[in-house]
Amino acid sequence: MIKAWMSRSVAALALTLSIGVGAARAQVVEIEYWQYTFPQRVKAINELITKFQQANPQIRVKHTDLPYNDYRTRIAAALPAGQGPDVMQLFYGWLGDYTRAKLLQPLPADVFPPARIDAEFFPMVREMKVDGQYYALPTAVRSLALFWNKRLFREAGLDPEKPPQTLDELVEMAKRLTRRDAGGNLTQAGMAVDPAAQDHHWWREVLVRQFGGTPYSADGRTVTYTSPQGLAATRFFADFFTTHRVAEVGFMTDQVTQFRSSRAALTIDGSFRLAAFDGQRGLEYGVTTLPTHNGIASNFGSYWVNAITTKATGAKRDAAARFLAYLVSPEAMELWLREVGELPARVEVASTPANANHPKYGPFIRGLETAVATNFVDETAQRQIMIDFVDRLKIAGASVEAALAEAARAEQALLDRANSPR
Amino acid sequence: MAQSSGFGGALYEGLTIGQKRAVTAWLFLALPIVFYALVRFYPTAQAFWLSLTNWNLLTAPGFIGLANYQRMMVDPVFWQVMGNTLLYLALGLPLSLGLAFLIAYHLDRVRVGHAVIRALYFIPHITTAVAIAWVWRWFYQPVPVGLFNEVLTVVGLPQQPFLRSTTQALPAVLVPAIWSLLGFQIVIFLAGLRAIPQSYYEAAAIDGAGSWQILREITLPQLMPTLVFLCVLTTIGLLRIFDIVYAMTGGGRAAPGGPLNSTKPLVLYIYESAFSSFEMGFAAAQTVVLFLILLAITMIQLKVSKK
Repeated sequence: MIKAWMSRSVAALALTLSIGVGAARAQVVEIEYWQYTFPQRVKAINELITKFQQANPQIRVKHTDLPYNDYRTRIAAALPAGQGPDVMQLFYGWLGDYTRAKLLQPLPADVFPPARIDAEFFPMVREMKVDGQYYALPTAVRSLALFWNKRLFREAGLDPEKPPQTLDELVEMAKRLTRRDAGGNLTQAGMAVDPAAQDHHWWREVLVRQFGGTPYSADGRTVTYTSPQGLAATRFFADFFTTHRVAEVGFMTDQVTQFRSSRAALTIDGSFRLAAFDGQRGLEYGVTTLPTHNGIASNFGSYWVNAITTKATGAKRDAAARFLAYLVSPEAMELWLREVGELPARVEVASTPANANHPKYGPFIRGLETAVATNFVDETAQRQIMIDFVDRLKIAGASVEAALAEAARAEQALLDRANSPR
Repeated sequence: MAQSSGFGGALYEGLTIGQKRAVTAWLFLALPIVFYALVRFYPTAQAFWLSLTNWNLLTAPGFIGLANYQRMMVDPVFWQVMGNTLLYLALGLPLSLGLAFLIAYHLDRVRVGHAVIRALYFIPHITTAVAIAWVWRWFYQPVPVGLFNEVLTVVGLPQQPFLRSTTQALPAVLVPAIWSLLGFQIVIFLAGLRAIPQSYYEAAAIDGAGSWQILREITLPQLMPTLVFLCVLTTIGLLRIFDIVYAMTGGGRAAPGGPLNSTKPLVLYIYESAFSSFEMGFAAAQTVVLFLILLAITMIQLKVSKK
């Protein structure tokens, strides 16, 4: 009896559902969104999609995340075949490659008026404008700040509420915060310096500028850090490993682990690291703006952007523009800041008193004012050149001049190849 | 029946038995031929073509002639990885074959627990290279993590940098690679040794030959086909070494093959050119070079084996 009733009601339910789905399908536009796999970003986008679909029931967004290492390969294979995303995330440095390959379409000017974007977003976002048209917009931007471990400051007899403000103070404190055992092995790094992490950015866009140099020529095609100023900045950077010996590459595997496990007292990193550090029990830390030098403040900015691919046409294109407009709305930026820890790309959202004076986000947001986004041609390869620079000093025993000259030669060859006419 | 088979059927009916057999054989062969043509020969030919272009995955490939090959000739990193690859081969081939033969030769005489010992030697071969690489990576760490440095400090010797040295890193990577090769080589050697007729040994014993003489005059010559087979396979394997280097020197945030490219084999440089720098043409040009080298070595070894 009960069985018969159940099977009848299941049948009725299935019928209702299928009618409902059929009716909805007639008007729903489905678009695809792709990004790379990073737990917090995936979660944030899922939340944003839920909210967006509630407000726009006629649009469905299918969200796919792919491993970072496969991302470009998969995009490159999918789009020319008419598959893949309608809206996608890409690193700002890839825009040139993607527009040249005609994989992206300009953002519709009626939804995204260029003049308003110029005024409302942080200046570095203007790099996304090609011939007066915007091709991509970020939800969030990144900058660097200095993290310090308050407990280790206390143990070393330093004031735990007074982080270093200048490069000279940074070096002095790092020296006092370094511990070695009787065999001379490093047990606590004064500062976690690792060119494989964020420190190659710190050297390139911050130190070189603070010592009065520039990393590249204005058109980005020539390496200029071999100037006397650039050499001075590089020597300052190298001294952490050679003269002061407050840092070691590979100590505790990497720089993030060093700081997380309270084995390094200072480190430079992005706001996206806050979530990891906050989740670490027993880690008592503070965040402050990058140390200045000669009164010069500088910072490195970078961002991931959202763009509409050439696959989206007609109703899908309109839906894609609508979704992208939501992704760069103030509401989405607030959610992204909370979930992912990246800074709002709109000046107005970033500089609300609550955000600008936030003890942890504040230093990053203040850093945005002086942030420069490097015009990378191949970020991985350019970072590797800095990793090799430090290895040449420490493993091959080269002088700073020789190692820097070798780095400049390798990077110039890379730039020349990228800028040669295709 | 005959009417329904049509023109093709009539043609088939007209064949001799020998021709029919040939048709049947070709029908069965057609499947692997089509498969090989599609997944082996076509991509290989495509790689030759790509090596003459500047394809970056995104834009259509543009023909640039031999520019990729010219760049290779003046690229110091290419010559370095070429040298590394040959070093992997020059060290790995004699060491692994020598060790494998030594173990197999003695294992052949062991009667007690033979199967168990043979299985033990074979286990590294069926273990994933990544797992092996990570365990060995920990062995090479400084104290307190690393086993080898722990032992060194206990006996009063200085710690060694191993993977953080430009001279020690390549041999340090090669050791687990050889270790995982051994299992397979030993099993093949054992099969080769068992295949030598017992009567040869008996005859030699009657003639009063010593064990060294028996080894030189009977065992080694009889093992020649096995040895050539293992030589070819091991050479190809070592020239294509990749996974163990990738897992032992990468993993962190630095690119694998370091420090300063000292452990980077050619295949890893190809991989980087293709999937990190997206220079597909340059990567394809390197694969062409690797292909030619492998072809040449295999030809030479086959020629030697025929003698």
